[in-house]
Amino acid sequence: MASASETGAIRRRGPLATFLVRLFKEKPLGAAGAIIFLLFLFCGIFADFLAPYGMNQISPLNRLKPPSWQHPFGTDNLGRDMLSRCLYGAQLSVIIGFCAAGLATIISVVLGILTGYLGGRFDMISQRFVDAWMSFPDLIILIVVVSVLGPGMPQIIGTLGLLLGIAGSRIIRSAVITVRENMYVHAAQSVGARTPRILWRHILPNVMPPIIVLFTTRVGTVILAESGLSFLGLGVPPPAPTWGGMLSGSGRTFMFQGPWLALAPGLCLTLVVYSTNMFGDALRDLLDPRMRGSR
Amino acid sequence: MKTYVARRLLALVPTLFFASLIVFVTVRLIPGDVIDLMLSQNDVSASKLTRDQLIAALGLDKPMWEQYALWMGGILFRGDFGQSLWQNVPVSELLLARMPITLELGFLALIVALTVAIPIGVYSAIRQDTPGDYVARSFSILMLAVPSFWTGTMVMVFPSIWWGWSPEVRFVPFMEDPIQNLKQMILPAIILGTALSAVSMRLTRTMMLEVLRQDYIRTAWAKGLSERLVVSRHALRNALIPVVTLIGVQAPLLIGGAVIMEQIFVIPGMGLLLLDAVYQRDYPIITGVFLVVGVAIMLLNLLIDLSYGLLDPKVRYR
Repeated sequence: MASASETGAIRRRGPLATFLVRLFKEKPLGAAGAIIFLLFLFCGIFADFLAPYGMNQISPLNRLKPPSWQHPFGTDNLGRDMLSRCLYGAQLSVIIGFCAAGLATIISVVLGILTGYLGGRFDMISQRFVDAWMSFPDLIILIVVVSVLGPGMPQIIGTLGLLLGIAGSRIIRSAVITVRENMYVHAAQSVGARTPRILWRHILPNVMPPIIVLFTTRVGTVILAESGLSFLGLGVPPPAPTWGGMLSGSGRTFMFQGPWLALAPGLCLTLVVYSTNMFGDALRDLLDPRMRGSR
Repeated sequence: MKTYVARRLLALVPTLFFASLIVFVTVRLIPGDVIDLMLSQNDVSASKLTRDQLIAALGLDKPMWEQYALWMGGILFRGDFGQSLWQNVPVSELLLARMPITLELGFLALIVALTVAIPIGVYSAIRQDTPGDYVARSFSILMLAVPSFWTGTMVMVFPSIWWGWSPEVRFVPFMEDPIQNLKQMILPAIILGTALSAVSMRLTRTMMLEVLRQDYIRTAWAKGLSERLVVSRHALRNALIPVVTLIGVQAPLLIGGAVIMEQIFVIPGMGLLLLDAVYQRDYPIITGVFLVVGVAIMLLNLLIDLSYGLLDPKVRYR
């Protein structure tokens, strides 16, 4: 990747290239995670072109066919192609994963920077709120919200974003508290810079590493949470091809006749979550050594 | 110590207040059309309750603050969580009946998690960078990614196809037949426990590595103590303290996982109570489970904080 610059005696690389070289050299597992993650992104974005069949294309003659060349992952009880459904499942997961993780990160950053920088009574009260919020299991909050608002994509994205956003604000807050005491922040304060300017120009750029790590690992968390919810029949309603939904109770009755139905969606999920975990861990080690070991 | 406990209890008050507000506000978000939906969805309800009766039963006919005060007052002074909408039982009765089952599942899962995590974590640390360490670490990273509902589904499906064996799904209470009960509980507990063990295993390993570098460990070696004594008496006791905190951090995950396991293995605990209530839109039950779970986790974390003094004499309460 940096072959052009290797001609000279002194290697010069852009920051991205340096990062990639370090990722592949120091963190082979993280690099593998990054590749799997990119592959998953690619599948999700281009599902419409990649999928050999429609996501809900029913073909009664091909019910419960085991994996074959026509249907590499087999077919389900309605004769739908499992490969296509898994690809469209990736699309749904990409959309939900990125929207909810993005929303969560924005909430974490705004809340974390405000509470961390302003401190005082505002911080004290909001931390008690975060304590309370974090003692509810994510899944239980999701179930309760769905019971009130009904199942659907916007509700899931909104709830997961809020849920993980509030929990993640702790991580950003602690990063801000360390950055806040730096000389350049005191310097900016003493020349009379306004608070929004300090937050935007001095604090935010310096807490970027934990923000990037937070976003990456959150994508996996969101996908796992959404699939758990769909598994319980409370996620994106069928016939949408969610990975969790494909494994859910209604599909389970047919798994005894077609065990391949249980394999593909679970493998997709495991691989994607594994890749975000590995990539996120590697990112944390490379970008922000202080956060090592925290999760 | 006494003042510390008092201060911690006092700090819990605002947190509990916020928790009750979160529960109250979330469930009060019910849009008006849900009431109509509830009436049309439940055949039973249509004959039993009129629209106005339903609104009154949900307490939606009063102003917000009054609803909150009545609800909270009932719980605080009379242990009254309201009445189930469709079954003619108080919610508190249902909660009391279901809670021990979920607690048992969670407790068993926790035991499984620790018996898996601690020995492997310790082994991984004292044999750092050996093949065994790599295998253990890869296993723990993988366990983090495998969703427990997938493992659960596969356990239901594959043994039945291969050997014609399937897990028992007719629930027997512990008091009636402990062996039969444990037979049914152990499988979900193992699945949930191994899923949770990944993080504690990693933490045990990290903490052991840290402790093993300390001076007092070198002294213990220098005294000529056996490896077993150095590890168990000197290192492990100090390494395990953060692992105990992790139990509190993981409690929400444990409860969330229990909901899924109860659904797969048809165990009538709090999780199944909540899910059934959600499918039937029985809001008093939903509110009750929601609140009880949150408060239980908060109290657990308080207990863990207080137990620090017993585990670690170095901790001073201020």
